[in-house]
Parts: sequence; structure tokens; C-alpha cells
Amino acid sequence: MRGHWNSIAVIGGGTAGLLLLAGCEPGAKNVTQTGYRGAGLDQIVDRSSLAKAAAIPAEPYPLPPDGGPTAGESYENVRVLGAVSKERFDHLMAEMNQWVAPPEQGCNYCHNPENLASDEKYTKVVARRMLQMTRTINSRWASHVKDTGVTCYTCHRGNAVPEYKWALAPGALNPHSILGNKHGQNTPDANVGYASLPSDPFAAYFEGKGNIRVASSEVFPSSKHVVSIKDAEKSYGLMMHVSSALGVNCTYCHNTQSFRAWNLSRAQRGTAYYGIRMVRNINDDYLTSLASVFPANRKGPQGDVYKVNCTTCHQGVSKPLGGISMIAQAPSLRGPAVEPAGAAAGAAVPRAFNQPGAMTGKNEPAPIPARP
Amino acid sequence: MARYQNMFTQVQLRGPLEAGPPLPPGSFARGNLSVYNYWAGKLGAAQIGPIYLGKLGIASLTCAFLSFEIIGLNMFASVNWDPVQFVRQLPWLALEPPGPGWGFTLAVPLAQGGWWQMAGFFMTSALILWLLRTFRRAKALGLGNHVPWAFAAGISLILTLGFIRPMLMGSWAEAVPFGIFPHLDWTAAFSIRYGNLFYNPFHCLSIVFLYGATLLFAMHGATILAVGRYGGEREIEQITDRGTAAERAALFWRWTMGFNATMESIHRWAWWFAVLCPLTGAIGILLTGTVVDNWYLWAVLHGYAPDYPSTGVIDPATLPGAPQ
Repeated sequence: MRGHWNSIAVIGGGTAGLLLLAGCEPGAKNVTQTGYRGAGLDQIVDRSSLAKAAAIPAEPYPLPPDGGPTAGESYENVRVLGAVSKERFDHLMAEMNQWVAPPEQGCNYCHNPENLASDEKYTKVVARRMLQMTRTINSRWASHVKDTGVTCYTCHRGNAVPEYKWALAPGALNPHSILGNKHGQNTPDANVGYASLPSDPFAAYFEGKGNIRVASSEVFPSSKHVVSIKDAEKSYGLMMHVSSALGVNCTYCHNTQSFRAWNLSRAQRGTAYYGIRMVRNINDDYLTSLASVFPANRKGPQGDVYKVNCTTCHQGVSKPLGGISMIAQAPSLRGPAVEPAGAAAGAAVPRAFNQPGAMTGKNEPAPIPARP
Repeated sequence: MARYQNMFTQVQLRGPLEAGPPLPPGSFARGNLSVYNYWAGKLGAAQIGPIYLGKLGIASLTCAFLSFEIIGLNMFASVNWDPVQFVRQLPWLALEPPGPGWGFTLAVPLAQGGWWQMAGFFMTSALILWLLRTFRRAKALGLGNHVPWAFAAGISLILTLGFIRPMLMGSWAEAVPFGIFPHLDWTAAFSIRYGNLFYNPFHCLSIVFLYGATLLFAMHGATILAVGRYGGEREIEQITDRGTAAERAALFWRWTMGFNATMESIHRWAWWFAVLCPLTGAIGILLTGTVVDNWYLWAVLHGYAPDYPSTGVIDPATLPGAPQ
């Protein structure tokens, strides 16, 4: 009888153990160390859940050589790419047809076939603004897109409207009632990796200029740094978005010893810094400026235009399209040569964060005692 | 002998049900419900009841019920009274404290944090009334006050998180939301906001006492079960009348680690570890944001944060011409 009960206990315990293991992911992992040993600075990715690399479409026809009459000389109403050669302008139009326009409509998605120069279709006005935007991204925001650059395809992927975008959330019907009111959080939402964090961090940080930095730069409290835990939750929600958009974890950029300290962070954090400013620039200066152009069916539930976030380009991988550059086949999207934002170096860094050792007069890592 | 090496209690007593000593005048009567239950006897005593609730117990349970209902109905309302969504989303749902705009206003409108204040008030009342009840029950039985004081230590941490620290910070928004995932996300956000709570020395102490209490409990439970065959479960008698069980247990620990607790002192060890866990935790919470704003930098200042080689990355916001 005792043996009987013991076996039941063993079976019960074994079943409970297996149930606990059900949360584990079996299968091969890719493991990469990304920083100093012993600080958990690594990326562990389940190979079966890696985002599939997107297929790069073949060029419509090989890029013609530069030279010859310009687009501005050959066509009417060419406002952005007038200085580009006609041959290359035509090539870009064929690419835009392939990358963006629905196949059944082709050129006519934007153009009136009777008068290609006409701006009567809103899509043509939008396309012109998007060309300006793309050239700005490739020049001013080289701090984020580097030499890889972006083309229409980076976001559009063959869709007239990019698949991943955001608009202001509908919000509670009545903010003064508890009915249906979750205060913008506490919902299983993919935006924030299914955490209970505020699930729409975009309006605050990707349209406005909300301060993402919540940890203090000083040891002791001061009236200059009054940041609520609610603000920390919002910022945390945004970071969950960045993490899921790029398919990486926190330590891809940060050392969790101090999320705020830059001298412990990886260079990728700097790239992300410019990316966030780039997204704000795109949303404020390019997309929101088209509010009067977009028809109602191209706007969000609150009537604002759709805007971009990290997922729009990244789509689950740290380098959009697996890091494959398409800019060589659309050189006119490079944009004018300008000083990229933030290229200048030097200047002071908040002392405590760049040199934590300075506070104790100890700038070098603690010496390792010699073994006897 | 194998019967001492079992996960469940092997011995169950049966006899007339134990009613307990007579109650002092002015008390409510104990309930008459008293039964033997075989399965309860596997885990503890086989007798269930009689239960004594009394005035404080009834008041406490009423407050606890009100708090539970306020929290649950607020969560239910947040999914538009949809029972399916209530069940599916329950781990995510919350009752949030007032936002930072309200400061430490005592009566915030209900939908904007007033319900949270009310739930917190009733929860605190329930806990304190139950604390007073344990004092009174201990006194009625002529016991020491060790259980009530230990319970008070736990309450001190809850009150620090939900009332004392928000009061010192002048903002209800610093308090913890009610909710399963929300309070966990709050905890992570708290650590991020205050520069890594692991560098808070009182948080360190609290963890030491938490895991230490677990370790002590495992060591003590194992020791007593192991000497059960020599009557070791009669621990209290063996404090003064040390028998072979106590001798063997003590010798075992001296052999393995050179030192042994006694039949009495092991319980003081356990009590202090358990009580110091929430007390040191409460001190750590109380100092966060009020005295120290960034625990990582505080640890650097006091020379105990590990110094990793710099990656050489510079904050772009400090570079001239960088977008802000």
C-alpha cells in the first residue's frame, strides 16, 4: 500500500515537472556573445523562430548608364528628380511600379494615363513626398541607415501601403468612466511584446518628443529630474516595441547593469538613437504633412495619417531585408550630400555615465590581483 | 523505518474532537463545525474546525471582500463586462493608482484612481484588523506575540509600497497597481527608473533573508524528519530535555559545518530571517527616490559596482549638432 502511494507521488511529481518544462523552447539555438563576459551580454535565438529573410525582387531591367537629357528637360512637372537623367528616371519609375503599385493598376495607380504630368491623383502627390523623404533618410539619416540605405521596397515590400504602420489608438469612449477604460495599458498587445505595459508608446515618442530616458543621471534625487514610474512604464513599452521589431533582446544594445550608461552600451544603441530621431522626422515632416492629401480610407480611426515605427522597415530582423542594400539599383534615391545628423564628434558626456570611475578616482577597471 | 522517509504525514490521530480551552467572557462562541478529514491529515492535522471569527475577524473579512470586489469589478468593467474577455485577459487586467497629475491628493475621482485608493484602504484595513485579531487570539490562548509581529513585518512592506513611500514622494503614481502582470511590470519599471534595484543594499539584504529563510526551513525540516525515528519531532521538549534525536541532529550539523543551532535557536533563526526579509525590503523601498535616485551610480560612488571595460560608446545627445 505504501509503495502504491509512493508511485502515485512519483508520477504526480514527474507530471508536474514535465508541465513546468512545457514553457521551455526545445530546438537548436544561435548563441552570440555581444559584450564583456559574465554580464549576460548575449543573444540566444531559437533558429526555428528566426524571421525569414525577405526575397529581394529582381530589377525590372538593368540600370542604364547616367547621362543624356535630364528628366526635368524631358518631362513636365518633375519637381524632385529633375536633375536625374531621363533614362535613370524611367528606370526608377519602373522600380516604383514593381515595389509599390498594385499590379492590376501599375502606372495608373499614381498617374493619369492621358496626362502623366498631372497631379490629380493623390497617390502621385504622396509618392513625390515619399521620394523627398527617402532622399532625406539616405542623406541626413546616414547615421542610422549607414551605407545600406533605403529604397521604397524597404518599407513597401510590394504593397501600396506598408504592412506595418501605426495611427493614434481609438482610446476609451469616456476617459472619466472605468467602462472599457484600460488607461492605454494592461492588454495583451503585440506592440509591447504582450507585456501589460502601455501598449501605444508611439504617440508619445514617435510623434512627440517624449523623453525616453527615465533613470536619473545623478546619484541623489533632485527637482530637475522628476520622472514618475508611469513614465518609466511608457518608456519600457517603447523598448519592448524596439526589441520585438528587431527580433533582439535588451542586451543587443544595453548592459543591464545600467540601462542608461552609454559607456557600457553597444554601438547599436547609438544607431537606435538616430533611428528614433529619424522616425520622428519622418512622421512629423513627411507623413503628417500629407494629412490634407490622404483620403479618409487611408487614415487611422482617429483621422490621423498612418505613421512609421521600427517594424515598418525592420519587420523582425535587426537589419531590414537581412542587411541587403538595394540602393545601387536606385542611385537617384541617395539624395543630396549633406552632413548627416550627429556626425560631429567630441564634446562632453554626462560625467558620471561616461566615466563612472571618475567618482571614485578610479578610471581603469579594478586591477586583477596576481596569483601567487 | 521507511515510514519516516515519506512526503506525507503517516500518523493520524482519531478520538473525541478537540474543542479548545474555554473562551474568555465577552467572546463570540466558536462555531460547532468540527470534522476529521483524512486528506487534511495527510498534510497537517486531520481535524478541521472549530473556527473562531469574532468581531475583528468579521470586520477584516468584510474589508477584504470589499477590496477584492472593487478590484475585480474594476477589471471586469475595463473589458466592458465581457465574461469571456475577463477570463482570457485576467492576468493582464489591473486597477491602476492615480496618475502623476494627481500628486498625493487624498480623494481622487473614482475612475481616475479613486477606486484604487478605496481598494487599497480596504485591503490595508483588512490586514490591520486581521493583525489585531492575531494579537487577540494569541493572548486568549496565553501565547507569545511572535505570529502577530511577524505578520506586522509583512504588512509594513505592503504599506511602504502603497502608502508611506507614495506619501513621501508626494505622488500616488509611485504606488503599485493591483493586477497579476501589471504589478510585475511595475516592479521591473521601478528598477529601471531608479537605476537598477540590485545595487540597493537593502534589496540585497532582503534577498539574503528571503533565500536564507528558505534554506533554513529546508535544513530544519529535513533535520527533524531525519531524526523523527528517535522522537525528534518533540522539538519543544527536547529544548530542555535533550534526547538522542537532538544529540544526533546537532552532531550531524557539527560534523558537516562545524556549528549547530539548538532545538530552540533554530526557530529564532527562522523567525528573524522571515521577519527581516520584508523589513529590510521596506527600508530599501523607502530609500528609493527619496534618498537615492540612481542605485547604480550610488554603488559606483561607494565602490562596489563591478567596473566593466568601457565600450567607448558616447551619448549622441551630447554631440554638437546631434538631433535631440
